[in-house]
Amino acid sequence: MPAGRMQELLEAVLEPGDRVCLEGNNQKQADFLAGCLAKVNPERVHDLHMVQSVIALPEHIELFERGIAHKVDFSFSGPVGVRMAQLVAAGKIQIGAIHTYLELFGRYFIDLTPQVALIVAHSADREGNLYTGPNTEDTPTIVEATAFKSGIVIAQVNQIVDRLPRVDIPADWVDFVTQAPTPHFIEPLFTRDPAQVGEIKILMAMMVIKGIYAEYGINRLNHGVGFDAAAIELLLPTYADSLGLKGKICRHWMLNPHPTLIPAIESGFVQSVYSPGSELGMEGYVSARPDVFFTGADGSQRTNRAFSHAAGHYACDLFIGSTLQMDLDGNSSTVTLGRIAGYGGAPNLGSDARGRRHCQPAWLKAGRQAHDRPAAMPRGRKLVVQMVETFREQMQPTFVERLDAWTFMESSGMELPPVMVYGDDVSHIVTEEGIANLLLCRTEEERSEAIRGVAGYTPVGQARSRSMVENLRDRGIIQRPEDLGIDKRLATRDLLAARSIKELVHWSGGLYQPPQRFRNW
Amino acid sequence: MEHLRFEFKTPGNRPSGRASALVGVVSSGNLEVMVESTDLNEACQVEVNTSARGFAAIWQAVLTDFAERHDLAGLRISINDGGATPAVVSLRLDQAIEEFLGMSS
Repeated sequence: MPAGRMQELLEAVLEPGDRVCLEGNNQKQADFLAGCLAKVNPERVHDLHMVQSVIALPEHIELFERGIAHKVDFSFSGPVGVRMAQLVAAGKIQIGAIHTYLELFGRYFIDLTPQVALIVAHSADREGNLYTGPNTEDTPTIVEATAFKSGIVIAQVNQIVDRLPRVDIPADWVDFVTQAPTPHFIEPLFTRDPAQVGEIKILMAMMVIKGIYAEYGINRLNHGVGFDAAAIELLLPTYADSLGLKGKICRHWMLNPHPTLIPAIESGFVQSVYSPGSELGMEGYVSARPDVFFTGADGSQRTNRAFSHAAGHYACDLFIGSTLQMDLDGNSSTVTLGRIAGYGGAPNLGSDARGRRHCQPAWLKAGRQAHDRPAAMPRGRKLVVQMVETFREQMQPTFVERLDAWTFMESSGMELPPVMVYGDDVSHIVTEEGIANLLLCRTEEERSEAIRGVAGYTPVGQARSRSMVENLRDRGIIQRPEDLGIDKRLATRDLLAARSIKELVHWSGGLYQPPQRFRNW
Repeated sequence: MEHLRFEFKTPGNRPSGRASALVGVVSSGNLEVMVESTDLNEACQVEVNTSARGFAAIWQAVLTDFAERHDLAGLRISINDGGATPAVVSLRLDQAIEEFLGMSS
């Protein structure tokens, strides 16, 4: 299908009111098809119901501004979150629901099956087989839901070749293929420059390693994206190794290929990594380590967001992430007023897997701590750790009495406040002040006081009862760095296995090729 | 810019340290702390120049806890703050005292 006729094709196959899946995650984007869709005649095509992982591109917003689409069910919205909130207020966008990825994918097979899917791959052969390269991401899920329910699948590719390195999507699941005029957009979303990891994050990472990873023997885990998690990754070859933890923690990961994990891989901490997507610049390094990463016969990485989020939910003993706000029940939210952010994978990864049955020592230990009645049915428990500094930039307190999510719900007409991780799923909160183990709290009052006890100088933290916090500390529910035997003076950047992107390149033996914007040498 | 002054009465022995110690840098989210001996005997004076206005109550709380942690008699502490969080402020203050007392590695 010639690229120049794509708009015509879309006007021919789309009916007003159709459900359309426009592929794009926070990594790769079907940007050419998004642009074509945004240009169709709104008199011919209007009121589409978009179902898509991420709303990220200006073209996604244009669909609603022009009336081509009206409703959207999605998971995450990136830089266009502010514009989106304005369009919702103006009645131009109707939000069906904001989902976690697996939940949205699940609905593709139940009540949100796309009639048309606009997808993206690296290349196609002349039969129409598709090669996605390392960023397979959501493509198999979208195509499965659409193609096997009589839907139409349209793919944009960077190039059409005689022979593909491997087949990621078979030709008979695809109806139309077009070679886009420019290669699809892809965002390096998981690159964190070690130069920006400060001492407070290093101190918190030391507490996580000694107070949680070593304490529970965490070997199956998922890290959220952020500098907090990056600090932990960069301390494995140094601090964790000095505690004799190599081979004892952090062996199996569900993780995007974070460049900051390279030193831990090269130091022999990491046995396997399964990824939802790839990361720009990491392709060569990943290909060289098929002993660690999942790769195809062609040598390049194979990723799959649906499978990896299932793995994160059922096969990992720990999730660690960060948030913007947390209340005294431990509920957390990334909603800030006037901006629609969404959840991504956090609600799924950051929740106890109540359907889980297989046992691991960490899961059993957490389960024992959470149980207060010896006669009750024993069960395990996932560790869900929130790692936050008590204040964010501009002195915004992380800990609050009432989440902005409530105000957002009231002003946007949602039925529930948009909570990212519910408090009853959280097992530990780590701040610069210490660790609060919520599993060991026996009453709601203890729980709130444990949270106040690590909330620092925020108004919530200053309202603590000092005697009750000392009591919680005596019982090990709150642990300060000194209780963990951590010398705060060691929390310096000297402890990082790599202090710059350049050092990550050195660790990779030159195989990691950071995108230009991260090169400052 | 906001200028804040605090004074703590600390009935301890005057610590014997260096004449002065300086840690940190003034940059966004960071701060510079200078500790000097004075002949103020039991008092510790703290002077804060901060780019973030309106946080006097938090400075008071952070510095009160700091004064409780250390024996601060006879010291003058000068802080140039580029909007650091209380966590960074506490850490720098502890580092400055350690440096002043000659404890830092």
